[in-house]
Amino acid sequence: MTCLPQKTDKALGLVIDLDTCVGCQACVTACKGWNDQGYGVPLSDQNPYGSEPSGTFLNRVHSYQVMPEAAAPMIVNFPRSCLHCADAPCVTVCPTGASYKRAEDGIVLVNEDACIGCGLCAWACPYGAREMDAAAGVMKKCTLCVDRIYNENLPEEDREPACVRTCPTGARHFGDLADPASAVSQLVAARGGYDLMPEQATRPTNKYLPPRKKDRPDQASLLAPLLDIKATGLAGWLDRVLGKLP
Amino acid sequence: MSQPYVNTSPQVSDEVRKTTCYMCACRCGINVHLKEGRVSYIEGNRDHPINKGVLCAKGASGIMQVTAPSRLRTPLRRVGPRGSGAFEPISWEDALQTAVDWLRPLRDEAPEKLAFFTGRDQSQSFTGWWAQAFGTPNYAAHGGFCSVNMAAAGIYTLGGAFWEFGAPDWERSKLFVLFGVAEDHDSNPIKIGIGKMKARGARVIGVNPIRTGYNAVADDWIGITPGTDGLFILSLIHCLLEAGKVDLDYLARYTNAAYLINETEGPDKGLFVRNAEAQPFVIDRRTGAPAPWEAKGVQPDLGAKWQGHRTVFQHMAARYLAPDYAPEAVAARCGVPALRIRQLAAELADVAFNQAIEIAQPWVDFRGDAHASMIGRPVSFHAMRGISAHSNGFQTARALHLLQILLGAVETPGSWRMKPPYPKPMEAHPTPHFIAVPGKPLTGPHLGYVRGPEQLALKPDGSPARIDKAFSWENPFSAHGLMHMVIPNAVAGDPYRIDTLFLYMANMAWNSSMNTAQVMQMLTAQEPDGSYTIPRIIYSDAYASEMVAYADLILPDTTYLERHDCISMLDRPVSEPDAAGDAIRWPVVEPDRNVRGFQSVLLDLGARLGLPGMVAEDGSPKFRDYADYIVSHQRRPGVGPLMGFRGNGDGEGRGAPNPDQMARYIENGGFFQAHVPEEALFFKPWNAAYQDWAVKVGLFDSPQPYLFNIWSEPMRRFQLAAEGHGAVQPPDHLRERLKLAMDPLPIWYPTFGDAAEPFGFEVHALTQRPMDMYHSWGSQNAWLRQIRGHNPLFVPTKLWRKHGFSEGDWARVTSPSGQITVPVVHMAALNEHTVWTWNAIGKRKGAWALSQDAPESTRGFLLNHLISELLPAKGDGMRYSNSDPVTGQAAWFDLRVRLERAEPPAQAESLPAFGTLAMEGLR
Amino acid sequence: MNPASSVIIFTVLSGMGLGYLALLATAHDYTGAAAFWHWAFAYALATIGLAASAFHLGNPQRAWRAFTQWRSSWLSREAWGAVLTLLAFAPLALSDWLGLGLPRGFGWVGAVLAMATVIATGMIYAQIRAVPRWHHWSVPLLYLAYALAGGCLLAGFRMPAILALVGVAGAVLLHWRVGDGAFARARSSLGSATGLGALGQVEIFEPAHTAGSYLLREMIYVVGRRHVKRLRVIALGVGVALPILALLVVPGVGGFGLAIILYLLGAFAQRWLFFAEAEHVVGLYYGRR
Repeated sequence: MTCLPQKTDKALGLVIDLDTCVGCQACVTACKGWNDQGYGVPLSDQNPYGSEPSGTFLNRVHSYQVMPEAAAPMIVNFPRSCLHCADAPCVTVCPTGASYKRAEDGIVLVNEDACIGCGLCAWACPYGAREMDAAAGVMKKCTLCVDRIYNENLPEEDREPACVRTCPTGARHFGDLADPASAVSQLVAARGGYDLMPEQATRPTNKYLPPRKKDRPDQASLLAPLLDIKATGLAGWLDRVLGKLP
Repeated sequence: MSQPYVNTSPQVSDEVRKTTCYMCACRCGINVHLKEGRVSYIEGNRDHPINKGVLCAKGASGIMQVTAPSRLRTPLRRVGPRGSGAFEPISWEDALQTAVDWLRPLRDEAPEKLAFFTGRDQSQSFTGWWAQAFGTPNYAAHGGFCSVNMAAAGIYTLGGAFWEFGAPDWERSKLFVLFGVAEDHDSNPIKIGIGKMKARGARVIGVNPIRTGYNAVADDWIGITPGTDGLFILSLIHCLLEAGKVDLDYLARYTNAAYLINETEGPDKGLFVRNAEAQPFVIDRRTGAPAPWEAKGVQPDLGAKWQGHRTVFQHMAARYLAPDYAPEAVAARCGVPALRIRQLAAELADVAFNQAIEIAQPWVDFRGDAHASMIGRPVSFHAMRGISAHSNGFQTARALHLLQILLGAVETPGSWRMKPPYPKPMEAHPTPHFIAVPGKPLTGPHLGYVRGPEQLALKPDGSPARIDKAFSWENPFSAHGLMHMVIPNAVAGDPYRIDTLFLYMANMAWNSSMNTAQVMQMLTAQEPDGSYTIPRIIYSDAYASEMVAYADLILPDTTYLERHDCISMLDRPVSEPDAAGDAIRWPVVEPDRNVRGFQSVLLDLGARLGLPGMVAEDGSPKFRDYADYIVSHQRRPGVGPLMGFRGNGDGEGRGAPNPDQMARYIENGGFFQAHVPEEALFFKPWNAAYQDWAVKVGLFDSPQPYLFNIWSEPMRRFQLAAEGHGAVQPPDHLRERLKLAMDPLPIWYPTFGDAAEPFGFEVHALTQRPMDMYHSWGSQNAWLRQIRGHNPLFVPTKLWRKHGFSEGDWARVTSPSGQITVPVVHMAALNEHTVWTWNAIGKRKGAWALSQDAPESTRGFLLNHLISELLPAKGDGMRYSNSDPVTGQAAWFDLRVRLERAEPPAQAESLPAFGTLAMEGLR
Repeated sequence: MNPASSVIIFTVLSGMGLGYLALLATAHDYTGAAAFWHWAFAYALATIGLAASAFHLGNPQRAWRAFTQWRSSWLSREAWGAVLTLLAFAPLALSDWLGLGLPRGFGWVGAVLAMATVIATGMIYAQIRAVPRWHHWSVPLLYLAYALAGGCLLAGFRMPAILALVGVAGAVLLHWRVGDGAFARARSSLGSATGLGALGQVEIFEPAHTAGSYLLREMIYVVGRRHVKRLRVIALGVGVALPILALLVVPGVGGFGLAIILYLLGAFAQRWLFFAEAEHVVGLYYGRR
């Protein structure tokens, strides 16, 4: 199955709004919590209370500082997880067929029963989306919560990835990016959503919305003083201010 | 080849139980999924008013709080020296009897010898009630080192406060300005709100020395210099007044701007001019004559001058129109260009007045005047610890409230709104009760709002009645007590010694103390005869925190998933501006060890001690446990800890105790909401429909309309005392300070920390709490500690270059009271005079069941080691606490330091390093 | 990239073993016990090398599955190649040992398969665009050159070995020359990785996690510049120049023995560098390459 489907019926993915993400890490632990008990083996932690803890996470939030030429420096929080690429290099390198891209919705998954844990798919991914679980020796990655989004045991409104459901600011959006009429596609169009590392030719499904222009105070004209207080004294000011009352 | 089969509809869990999170003070609703009786997954409750389904990093990893190896297992008695961490396990019977043996003689002879203080306590109305029954005046929660400037300034000014007690009108606000916000209170609602505003394209402006979190997504960032927010705000007020851009109608109707200030020299100077009924009054514009402030149809005249007395409005204008507050005069001090201040003032005015909104909802005010619609000023503000934790924080918070008032931006559509039980005027709050009588309960609650010097908690000789010196001349409005002063004062015997220190969930031996190293010494201080200076320490916590090692008796608490709790309208409910709301916790799993919910233990102790209200007439315990108390206790007839499902189950706010109440809450998802009627949603302090509703649901027993206090008469009373008027007089050394700090109009003065600047301490040092950690709790969570297991000191570009730092470097940071050596990291989006770090990541070796070489204990550090609870000696022999002179709020953010590049310490461990806590007998 | 010893041993030994097998099949005609020992040694070398790769697997018991995806996966092709190669040589090896007289032309089939396998090994790395240093045709060439040189040394062909070693030097120099500028040519930067480059200069503020992770261990291996220089000198000096010198100066088997040891040292150094120097673009997210 490591040949990529020519075309997928849908392109399910995430749209992440960097203008809104406050870097709270909620999506990180909600993802860990769900996937620790969901699809495939648990996300193990090694040395969890020791000097060098290390564990498997499918979603991590970075924080960058951006120094514009002529404006105040910015901090941009940056969630990073699998982008479910159309030309997913992680899929084609897999020797066992464990890694595959679903024809129906474009989700890139690992069939853990077939995974030998060679790690080549993680090497092939430019985005660091795959982490080998140190306890199970199989590759873990974002499943787009494939066990939530179609789950008939969940209420309709909960059929979205755990990270999207938990995101307090609503900075994460889930939907079909192949459908130009979908809310996520329209958001991407309206806000100039973009691909990460387009030069890697992976054609990611997930899109990022850029931070809006910042630190440009309104050009609104400054407040004009009512009158020259030094000349009129407070009494003059008071008359002028209160004269405005009906 | 076909795709593998994926089961896309697995059974999620066996059962979902809905309760309330405890990962911070936000108190979100959570769905706890159980598989085979064990917690398998936690997510937000979509129906819950606070979080509407979302959940933060802490809440979503709550499962790790239950499986943490740091959890205590059983009651413990100290066997080694205090501070060593050596314990023996004991039975609950033994533990409770020990506590009773210690406490009974105190109650019989000198109840004040018990100091009972709680930290991350979410049951303060209960713990306070217990302490009141015991009869000790020495009770408070941790608000004194957390929030009291904000709370007190809000109550004295608006009858409501920031923190989680109010919220911007997220649906309608067009401009949102945040000052110094920490991301741990009301955090999910604020995140949801910011998300909504961003989605609408509304503007968010952050005023904060540090641009992280909410400030990172703000459209504009004003990187103000710490401690100068008050000056900045008063300069905005200057600009607005100068241009006449204030809401005159609002000021006249809803504030005391039209009250007359007595200008006659003497004991009444600066107080309101009063009529024969001792009521302040206004001059009616229609008649030019005095009229009651609450009279129907009255049009209070802001420009009135009556018998030589001018209105508050005129005093205010005179002060802030002065050139001292012009942007050009304050810019350098604030670290904000004058043009930027003027731009912000213009933007505020533009949104408030040119982009006003109107809701077609008729309403009637308390005067009986009908309004056809609700006019809104869509400018909202929020502020928290950044402006609160300074020694000028009370006045700064007052200044911000004044700015809101001038814009008509409180309780109007699109602005900032209060959550029930607020609005609640200062007059509706109790005054402090503090007189200890052996064998008797206190006559009322400990904490309250003083109206004047007569209500201070002073003994007949004028010395403070409380161990923390709350409600004394040093900090008259200390409405939350001063937890940070309890241990230093008890050890100094100033104002007196105590016998037993009883703490709940307060990590005073580490991150919850200023001056951590010395507090550890104080906790172990001994008298010449070898006894401890604080003879006994009882501590309750669920986890092996640093404080555990310093206690003599440990009462192990459950985790939040194994206990009953009520998030009550009697203290800090989960209301939203549109609805009063409260909530419960219930044991969604049973504890797997010998631990008990602290509140149930406290009731057990109370019954054993025979405390009034806790024993039935036959002497047996009145309450089975805390759950029984929650349902059965009545604070006033028909009003108890929970407002929902009272009486026969239909009672909202009022009604007899309902034995089914807890079950009904569980059935309802763990919470209850009483919705504010449509016509009562805005203008609540003055809205007759709201006042009637508040009485109906038991928030008040009679309508409590009031005016906002631009001029604070209680403050002026303290100034008068300092000027020599009145029977209750301050000590002479505090007179000048009181005259300055108790100004009845908001002022700005440099923080007390600024006094260190001439001695080379030119850099401000701050801490922030990460959104993914709650105090020290996060480090015992294996997921969260991977995200943030150690903390660097963030250094702005200018200082980074000045000291020639490069990646991987260390710095020695020195304050007037201490020194630390820590790793540094460059941060560009930071005020150029400020360094900062994340709070409470650093841990003492051996604590929290982490390995001794955990990064939290090696690289991690606390800034607390640089802070003192006392200011540097001034040479007058007096001990001034490092607190706001009005409220006693711990002035954490006044800290001044100097930096130098340092060689990395041995083993690259941050300094100071402390010995390893043994923590024996805990497993 | 993490220079895991299992992968270094795998690539060096399997390449050398396959090279040797190819030469045994095409340029030698050992018989009897000599044939047995030579073939056995060559098989052992190739097999140990291939087996070492299994130590890199999280679930080696499922390794058989690696044969399924030959249509798309170079690793799968390499697995097929290795097995087919080992099988293809078997009749000739038996023939040499037992004197069955199979035509030598049979050996060319195996030799072509062996070299294809070595190229497939190289392609496992060369296909990875996310590691710009590897993403070039010079990588399979490099692997081929090492395999041939190793084979010639073991086969005891003095002049061909010298020529092959010169070829190694050329391939290594080409790999370094191409590789040193590859990351820049790939145009991946923190700006493109985050898409924030248009706003201004992008730097790391805080890492996503202070704890370790698979990504940090596997993909982000920072090796000092001085260390690289030293290892490059070893790779070329010890691994190429000295073996040539040994072959020229030391006569007989001794020269070959010395040259093989030196070659292996150089090959291990080069292969360690091959991984350690290779920067994965994911390092951009962590501010480390």
